[in-house]
Amino acid sequence: MTAPHTPRTLYDKIWDDHVIQQDADGTCLLYIDRHLVHEVTSPQAFEGLRMTGRKVHAPDKTIAVPDHNVPTTTGRETHIENEEGRIQVAALDTNARASGVHYYPIDDIRQGIVHIVGPEQGWTLPGMTVVCGDSHTATHGAFGALAHGIGTSEVEHVLATQTLIQKKSKNMKVEITGSLPPGVTAKDITLTVIGLTGTAGGNGHVIEYCGQAIRELSMEGRMTVCNMAIEGGARAGLVAPDETTFAYCKGRPNAPKGEQWDAAVAYWKTLFSDEGAHYDKVVTIRAEDIAPVVTWGTSPEDVLPITGVVPEPASFAGGKVAAAQRSLDYMGLTAGTKLDEIAINTVFIGSCTNGRIEDLRAAAEVLRGRKVKDGIRAMVVPGSGLVRAQAEAEGIAQVFLDAGFEWRLAGCSMCLGMNDDQLSPGDRCAATSNRNFEGRQGRGGRTHLMSPAMAAAAAVTGRLTDVRELVREAV
Amino acid sequence: MDKFTQLTGVAAPMPLVNIDTDMIIPKQFLKTIQRSGLGKNLFDELRYDAQGNENPDFVLNQPAYRNAEIIIAGDNFGCGSSREHAPWALLDFGVRCVISTSFADIFFNNCFKNGILPIVMPQEVVDVLMEDATRGANARITVDLEREVVTTSDGKEFTFSIDPFRRHCLLNGLDDIGLTMEKAPAIQGFEAKMATARPWI
Repeated sequence: MTAPHTPRTLYDKIWDDHVIQQDADGTCLLYIDRHLVHEVTSPQAFEGLRMTGRKVHAPDKTIAVPDHNVPTTTGRETHIENEEGRIQVAALDTNARASGVHYYPIDDIRQGIVHIVGPEQGWTLPGMTVVCGDSHTATHGAFGALAHGIGTSEVEHVLATQTLIQKKSKNMKVEITGSLPPGVTAKDITLTVIGLTGTAGGNGHVIEYCGQAIRELSMEGRMTVCNMAIEGGARAGLVAPDETTFAYCKGRPNAPKGEQWDAAVAYWKTLFSDEGAHYDKVVTIRAEDIAPVVTWGTSPEDVLPITGVVPEPASFAGGKVAAAQRSLDYMGLTAGTKLDEIAINTVFIGSCTNGRIEDLRAAAEVLRGRKVKDGIRAMVVPGSGLVRAQAEAEGIAQVFLDAGFEWRLAGCSMCLGMNDDQLSPGDRCAATSNRNFEGRQGRGGRTHLMSPAMAAAAAVTGRLTDVRELVREAV
Repeated sequence: MDKFTQLTGVAAPMPLVNIDTDMIIPKQFLKTIQRSGLGKNLFDELRYDAQGNENPDFVLNQPAYRNAEIIIAGDNFGCGSSREHAPWALLDFGVRCVISTSFADIFFNNCFKNGILPIVMPQEVVDVLMEDATRGANARITVDLEREVVTTSDGKEFTFSIDPFRRHCLLNGLDDIGLTMEKAPAIQGFEAKMATARPWI
């Protein structure tokens, strides 16, 4: 633990408040406040408990929801065509019910992507430790919660003990000064940071995002930023909680009420980095220098402003030269091609990165009164049943339908294609998700990552497009 | 978990940087509810074509490396998804050790839970080991966790360092959960304290 009176970072404070025991070599036993569980990374963990006769230690702090495998088409409550997927969803159902954890089954309107459901239901609160067998657990850091992905062995460890054996990471500060220009979003911030630091830049670190542009983001935007901390190698991203955070949490089903709310807010207000606190690494970016960006390659660090061109592999250094060439071969791109001349045939709006209501609003804003270009397959997958319902109530769903989008049920869907929503070989997709790895959205599929507004713009024109061209009037 | 003490085996060179866990084990194989049986699909989309035929250019399909137990990899091995299916697939194939200049945190951590030793070495050492690995089955590398030394086929030795607790667990094949459960009174004490200090949790 940090010595008393030493200025501490937000990370130091949350860490210190969760250490149960610390060994001489710095290995700590850390208490976990919330454990989120989905169907893909938990069956072996529950099986491990059964084989050793262990029980779930804190079912009231454990939340289960199926998301990765679930179809996004109607009728899924009664039948999932894919047998293995069906078995996995059924295994979660059995395990969740038998262990008495909080559970949102496939037919519950609150079902959705675990990282959208947690905050939405008020399970994720400032100052907590949150884990899930999923790397995008970083999302919850938007609340000033220390949140990171774990493997299945650790899922079993948390189920059995509500703790993790951890060593403290290094601390990195990413400051975004000033205000974002029009047409530039949280997704552009997070991609730009990864483009700058690289996918290994955050290895061994927890990132704290701060600065005016971060403060000016909504909770949805902050979740988008923190969600992709892992793409920059950092297991966790953090944003200090403030009035925006408190306003989001207040009234959520599992947020504290009455006197407990007041006590919680008083504690949450102590969760900020002290003046003079130490960071191992500092990155500062001016918000005005951030443009709408897209990825061109097969790593999330392959980021460029939409006004750029496909780079020359030779312009990189070290092992990245071969990697860039391999990326271009896979992506079917030639160096020097203007990014906004790259034609796409698929658009995917959704995922734990960009499947929240604000994301759908931003896309719908671009689509209002416009049509998806002929020959383009466009789908929108709300992050949860409640996001879907809200979008329908706000008339946004109709905007998507009128434009020619498919309006799906909630789940992870084409972000990783574990259900039937996949790219075919050679398909090129404008995606609001988080990974452009080879084969991620389907074998041979080509992914360009971007913001929801940019994906909507691509749907209209049929090519990667600077959204500022379509909304110039508004800008 | 099997102990890891000393391993002598063939090392396969995989110089590509940023080998992600989607590449190590693609999503279609995550639908299993077991830990075993993933070895045949390790690096599936690199190893096989769309019809399921072996791609002869891929290193693990070459005769010299079909039984590789060590991988020498490019920077940032194991980035991306937290899927523990990645180390399960490596283990099921027979890989017990990966050496690189850096690993993604979650993958690195997952290795230790499965008796796989991930070793971080400086670029110049990885370059030597990568070169050595290209000699195929003729180059057998020895990894000694007790001494924390890697020895190449021609006797060059390189030291490495592993976190003492993790090294202890690997050397003895210890199960973390059992160790933590011995601390149940401390955990309960913490919970009792928190019930007063932060009752909303």
